[in-house]
Amino acid sequence: MRVSKGARLSLRVVALGYLFALLAVPIGVILWRTFSPGIGEFIASVTTPAAQAAINLSLLIVAIVVPLNVVFGVATALALVRGRFRGRGLLQAVVDLPFAVSPIVVGVALIALWGAGGWFGGLDNAGFKVIFGLPGMVMATLFVTLPFVVREVEPVLYEIGQEQEQAASTLGANHWQTFWRITLPAIRWGLTYGIVLTVARALGEFGAVIMVSSGFPGVSQTLTLLVHSRYIDDHNTYGAYAAATLLMGIALVVLLLMTLLDRKRSDR
Amino acid sequence: MITVTSARKNYGSFAALDDVSLDIPSGSLTALLGPSGSGKSTLLRSIAGLEGLDAGTVTIQGRDVTDEPPQRRGIGFVFQHYAAFKHMTVRDNVAFGLTIRKRPKPETDKKVDELLEIVGLEGFRHRYPAQLSGGQRQRMALARALAVDPQVLLLDEPFGALDAKVRTDLRQWLRRLHDEVHVTTVLVTHDQEEALDVADRIAVLNKGRIEQVGDPVTLYERPANDFVMGFLGSVAHLGDQLVRPHDIVLERDRATALALDAKVADSPGVIDAVVERVVPLGFEVRVDLRADSGEHFAAQITRRDAAALQLREGETVHARSVGRSSIVDVDPAFAI
Repeated sequence: MRVSKGARLSLRVVALGYLFALLAVPIGVILWRTFSPGIGEFIASVTTPAAQAAINLSLLIVAIVVPLNVVFGVATALALVRGRFRGRGLLQAVVDLPFAVSPIVVGVALIALWGAGGWFGGLDNAGFKVIFGLPGMVMATLFVTLPFVVREVEPVLYEIGQEQEQAASTLGANHWQTFWRITLPAIRWGLTYGIVLTVARALGEFGAVIMVSSGFPGVSQTLTLLVHSRYIDDHNTYGAYAAATLLMGIALVVLLLMTLLDRKRSDR
Repeated sequence: MITVTSARKNYGSFAALDDVSLDIPSGSLTALLGPSGSGKSTLLRSIAGLEGLDAGTVTIQGRDVTDEPPQRRGIGFVFQHYAAFKHMTVRDNVAFGLTIRKRPKPETDKKVDELLEIVGLEGFRHRYPAQLSGGQRQRMALARALAVDPQVLLLDEPFGALDAKVRTDLRQWLRRLHDEVHVTTVLVTHDQEEALDVADRIAVLNKGRIEQVGDPVTLYERPANDFVMGFLGSVAHLGDQLVRPHDIVLERDRATALALDAKVADSPGVIDAVVERVVPLGFEVRVDLRADSGEHFAAQITRRDAAALQLREGETVHARSVGRSSIVDVDPAFAI
């Protein structure tokens, strides 16, 4: 299709304008508000004890959630692509559930299950705190991030097919060797992207986590919850901007690290 | 020696292999030839262990491997679409089997160098498969399969994805390689010309069964049935018989035709036909004909005969067969 120069130009302006208004402006405003009082102010605001505890908690949750999602995500994707079993269609639907269900519902469901009066409430009564503790926050985050690795790895597995793996097996590789040497390197781009999405969502999850967190500063506040509580509860607007900027910074660093790591491995 | 005994394999209600038994002698280059859906690939993949059999056994060099996984069968396998390890260099691809076996690096390097020289990819050690042409990728895949010194080399339509010129080059190259290396080789193909060109034995498959096994000359000259005859080389219907187009002789004079035909045993008789088209094919001339019954067939005659006959379109000629040299009735037990 031929498009006139004027039309092409105006299309570009519309597309860029849309992105600019919806993405660049809000992020720009936060950055502007964060750094206009000076870099010293920013550092002071993100190194308070509550902020440091929030950073640690957020990173801890990421550190638990990512490996679990990688292992089970890849296994699920393999089962969905390669498996021939009853209930495959059901599994496909279940994997997408977190996309369909509002995060706050997840939080409510977790309380109903694990809370003091819930089905597994006995654990709570015995002193093992799931709700209002780290396990609850991890479970909430796992739930909302579950589809990312599966859905990124799945199409890559379809695309590479099974011939390379079969070739490896005829050359003497067992299942484990084939997985490490052939399958994993072949799906690594999909996996990397799935991890990046998981990290971003784990850092940013709000609705599900706030339901199962006690919200005590320094104890069970993630960085995202800190932004919220500083803004709403403490009316510390600047603190909220600073924490938000830090949150974006961490996500950005993860994205860059993953890309660099991957480039280095493929340049080998 | 590879022995397949009473192999059966069903996909749902479709029988891919229907009681197939086949012996493949050591050192031979055997082609499994058949149309798509005939079970030839399934048979090859069951020898490799990539496909499990519903019933029957596979032995390789006297060892029953029916229940062994592919990695313990001592085979090399080449896929139609190369199955190159895309994230590895040519060197690492070829070395894969040796790396898995944890061979010392100097030994591996020496072997890889040797093989890359044999397949003519010396200068490509550090390239990735994406930087190679189709023919180069397939040669790399061959080197990779040969690196582990397999007892048998199995090739699944190895030249099917290549263009005509490269295909002919590679199959001649494979023939020479086989003469040098002498590894028992099984090649799957649907191309009868390819099978006749490279193989010293051909097994013709149809609908999950083996129709006939033999050397190319036997199969061409003495096919066990109409299917084998039709699949190897072109055929024409003369009366109620199948004959090779070059076994048909055309006569101007009906009396001569009848007299000569009387000397041929089991002949289909003399068929009167109208010349529809005369097509010069270089050394030979193809004559498209229409019989009185309305059936179309073609005869292939030499240029000299064509010149003597002076055929023109619309003329009537008398076609006869020089004999049923092409068809022999084979004892079903012998035909397997």
